[in-house]
Amino acid sequence: MAIHSILSPLPGTFYRRPAPDQPLYKKEGDQVQPDDVLGLIEVMKQFSEVTADVAGTLVKFHVDNDMPVDPGMPLADIDVA
Amino acid sequence: MSPPLKTLLIANRGEIAVRIIRAARELGIRTVAVFSEADKESLHVRMADEAVHVGPHQAAKSYLNAEAIIAAALATGSQAVHPGYGFLSENASFADAVRATGMVFVGPSGDAIRRMGDKASARQAAVRAGVPVVPGSDGLVDDLVAATREAARIGYPVMIKATAGGGGRGIRVCADEAALVQQWPMAQAEAKAAFGNGAAYLERFIGRARHIEVQILGDGQNAIHLFERECSLQRRRQKVWEEAPSPSIDGATRQALCESAVSLAKAVRYSGAGTLEFLYDDRSGEFFFIEMNTRIQVEHPITEAITGVDLVREMLMIAAGHPLRLRQSDIVCRGAAIEVRLNAEDPAKGFSPQLGRIEELVWPGGPGIRVDSMLYPGYTISPYYDSLLAKLIVFAESRDAALARLQGALGELKLGGLKATTASLHAALVRDEQVRHADYHTGFLEPWLLENASRLATATPELSS
Repeated sequence: MAIHSILSPLPGTFYRRPAPDQPLYKKEGDQVQPDDVLGLIEVMKQFSEVTADVAGTLVKFHVDNDMPVDPGMPLADIDVA
Repeated sequence: MSPPLKTLLIANRGEIAVRIIRAARELGIRTVAVFSEADKESLHVRMADEAVHVGPHQAAKSYLNAEAIIAAALATGSQAVHPGYGFLSENASFADAVRATGMVFVGPSGDAIRRMGDKASARQAAVRAGVPVVPGSDGLVDDLVAATREAARIGYPVMIKATAGGGGRGIRVCADEAALVQQWPMAQAEAKAAFGNGAAYLERFIGRARHIEVQILGDGQNAIHLFERECSLQRRRQKVWEEAPSPSIDGATRQALCESAVSLAKAVRYSGAGTLEFLYDDRSGEFFFIEMNTRIQVEHPITEAITGVDLVREMLMIAAGHPLRLRQSDIVCRGAAIEVRLNAEDPAKGFSPQLGRIEELVWPGGPGIRVDSMLYPGYTISPYYDSLLAKLIVFAESRDAALARLQGALGELKLGGLKATTASLHAALVRDEQVRHADYHTGFLEPWLLENASRLATATPELSS
């Protein structure tokens, strides 16, 4: 199996839902496509989407919803095998 | 009279926390800062006499955590809480909760916040106080006959607003009666399809409006105004550049506007500092009350510049139980002031957030220059809160002199460590002919940004190093 790690491009707050009352974008075990959104990073009240970039199985999230992240920090692992 | 305030907790961060600490210190009041995990090294924490950690970086768990903030105030023996702006400043339940402990909330009563914070009830209060509001239909309009009758009373152009509409959906603008007759069936059909209800409101459409706001101070009995500010240069409804006095109204309009603000403040027995926002139609000369902010505002320093009144000091005096120390006749408007907001955003790249550590920091100086900021060399910009880095305020004998002073001040400013700030935007705005002639309105800046994108990109290198 080949693991592709999604790294945070920015410092900020990571969200796994589009809004607090909405379901998670993706759960561990989900199949993902390159354009699928995995989460949002909020920087100074502006939101950027984090996409999967590759197709595969999302095996692990390293960061919980509403937690601080730094650039280069692994957010999630995708098994591309 | 209440006992004097000895200790004040400031329930905020950033430049406004620093501003409040300064005002309190001058009155001999001890200050208590609160901070989140991300703000341990912040200037307000360093400046306050005492600082209390109230939660993690998330604002919802720290600066919006009413319980933790009230506990910090009680634990430090604070007699009062100043909410600043944003965060809990217009949260009526927080104001009530602070007062329920026996402490003073530096601001109006919870009931006044509720009443003036809700657009519909604020509009009602304005109508009752004889203050003009945007003319609209008296409730819902069901059919075209009623719509044409109401539109004639309101005055064209009118806007048809679907009842359940929001964010501009279901809104149609009609220039005259012929347009209304033509648009009405479509508006009704749209409203029915989108919201399941074909009834609509009619409201005057003000296509080219200026944003003018009046600063008031009240002590619960009496109220005075401190003239107006114009904040028409906005991007995404965020103010970018503010002026006092407004460069676009004459003396008679100024008097009518300021007097109507005072009558509304008196009618609701307002206590503390507040701002009444109006839309001003510079073609018809009409102004309309839109809403009230029941707190100190970001742009308060330009009012302090033209009146010489320290608004935060007056807020603290009123909160301590003193009646207004100033009469209306004491308030004189002198000269002209401009404030520009320096944000950690790159105007050449869609205002994308700019993060980094402040290296070189040189503030402009000389007469009539004021900088309100929480920056210091070595400070790392936090990604968790808003992007305001500093407010640059210039004051001079006339608007022309203030523009020249602003241009010079922006040239002196050095903010090393960030790739870009909105200083480059202001350097381009201050040279723009229309801005120099105050020939702008609330819809001016966004198209201007598109047309002047190249000037913003080239203005950057000379300003940041």
